[in-house]
Amino acid sequence: MRVIEKRQLMAPEEIDRTLQRLAHEIVEKSGGTSNVVLIGVRRRGVPLAQRLAKSIKRSANVEIPVGTLDITLYRDDLSTVASQPVIQANDIPFTVDNRDIVLIDDVLYTGRTARAAMNGLFDLGRPKRIRMLVLIDRGHRELPIEATFIGRTVTTSDSEIIEVRLMEIDNEERVMLVDRVD
Amino acid sequence: MAVSVTAKSVMQRPRHLLGIESLTAEQITFFLDQAKPFQEFQRHPLKKLATLRGKTVALAFFEPSTRTRISFATAAARLGADTMNLQAESSSLKKGESLIDTVWTLEAMRPDGIVIRHSASGAPDFIARRLEIPVMNAGDGTHEHPTQALLDALTIRDRKGRLENLRVTILGDLLHSRVARSNIHLLSRFGAQFTLCGPAMWLPKELECLAPNIRRVAQIEKALEGADVVMVLRVQSERIHEPPISMDDYILRYQLTPARLRYAEPDAIVLHPGPIIRGLEIDPAVADGPQSCILEQVTNGLAVRMALLFHLVSGAPPDAPHPAKETPA
Repeated sequence: MRVIEKRQLMAPEEIDRTLQRLAHEIVEKSGGTSNVVLIGVRRRGVPLAQRLAKSIKRSANVEIPVGTLDITLYRDDLSTVASQPVIQANDIPFTVDNRDIVLIDDVLYTGRTARAAMNGLFDLGRPKRIRMLVLIDRGHRELPIEATFIGRTVTTSDSEIIEVRLMEIDNEERVMLVDRVD
Repeated sequence: MAVSVTAKSVMQRPRHLLGIESLTAEQITFFLDQAKPFQEFQRHPLKKLATLRGKTVALAFFEPSTRTRISFATAAARLGADTMNLQAESSSLKKGESLIDTVWTLEAMRPDGIVIRHSASGAPDFIARRLEIPVMNAGDGTHEHPTQALLDALTIRDRKGRLENLRVTILGDLLHSRVARSNIHLLSRFGAQFTLCGPAMWLPKELECLAPNIRRVAQIEKALEGADVVMVLRVQSERIHEPPISMDDYILRYQLTPARLRYAEPDAIVLHPGPIIRGLEIDPAVADGPQSCILEQVTNGLAVRMALLFHLVSGAPPDAPHPAKETPA
């Protein structure tokens, strides 16, 4: 399969501005940040969670705990693949019991990753609340799941792919809309 | 318009685990790395995943086993799989059924993988040639015990911070030990130097052919000099019909005592595959001492076997497509 880059959806400065706005929204909508924790979904939710925590530290001067969640063991498509994806460790150095969790990922699409992530969190304890934050909501949900905090909503077709590229992982910084061609 | 092509070279994932001898260093490292998340998992309050829900693992133990069988059964349970248990003591083997007939009967109940222990070396390989499902060797005769070697390697890597270029001393009945053979195959991939020590009858010269850098030393203090890792083997009374040495003599000449352990490096670690017989091959002060890793080995066994079951038993048949993306966005 080949993919073609159709257009750029976000430049580095737009990503930065969007994350700052989302950081403000988290503080505003949480009724106090003392119980809030950010959990990034591997892989690209992880740097996003770290950036948001930094931004909240700058603007509100509070340290929000940040954790990392790997959803591989909770995927619902494992029995359809021949060779299993590589499992990564969780890194959540605090209890999730009674916490106000903001689950962070780069793109919200079918909602299946969010479902897997919630199952993963339930195995670690009983959070008080889980809300979701995504940089891009591209539609096409297959489950009754919506994000509370959305960077940008983008209308896409089935064959299109949103590629979020972040400095920490991809060595470049932008959001692209790409399309599959046969 | 930029065009990118997605193509990743993928390491050959083994379909069975029959022994360490056929694995590359890269494949070994892969299994050890994949066991890491499952080490963390053992500390979870809720030790139950649904990852292998609907899968069945046959545990075919043609030879008595407690710890390995419980470890595989627990690993399968924690991944959400069901198990079917065949135990030597209570099975139709006593009635004279052949290995392959027993295995075909198990296969007819449609398990998704089979774990086998057998007193005949090569039995797992024999059934792997005849079954469609993945076969995992839980110990075959005096041949191999690959999951034991993987859990030992995980323990060593955690404690020493590396697997490369270790000086490893193995004490005891080398002749009958599949644990020792698998460990030698594994650690030699990473440049280990081995010193083997035990009664002469259990230390044939042929052992030196297993890997480069193997020497045999008769005296235990000499054998321990400079060791980074000390592996103590169990004296396997069930495999020995004519003991070459009395128990008293064995204790006197080969028991790992605190005084003898001081010949090894100060930060040397002590491994034992269990079950330990306190006061025979190992002094209780060593078994319970700070250098002992015996209980870590047990916990790591669960992690290694969960990683193995995840990669071998879950998933579609081998001709199904490879996952296109690492995570569904």
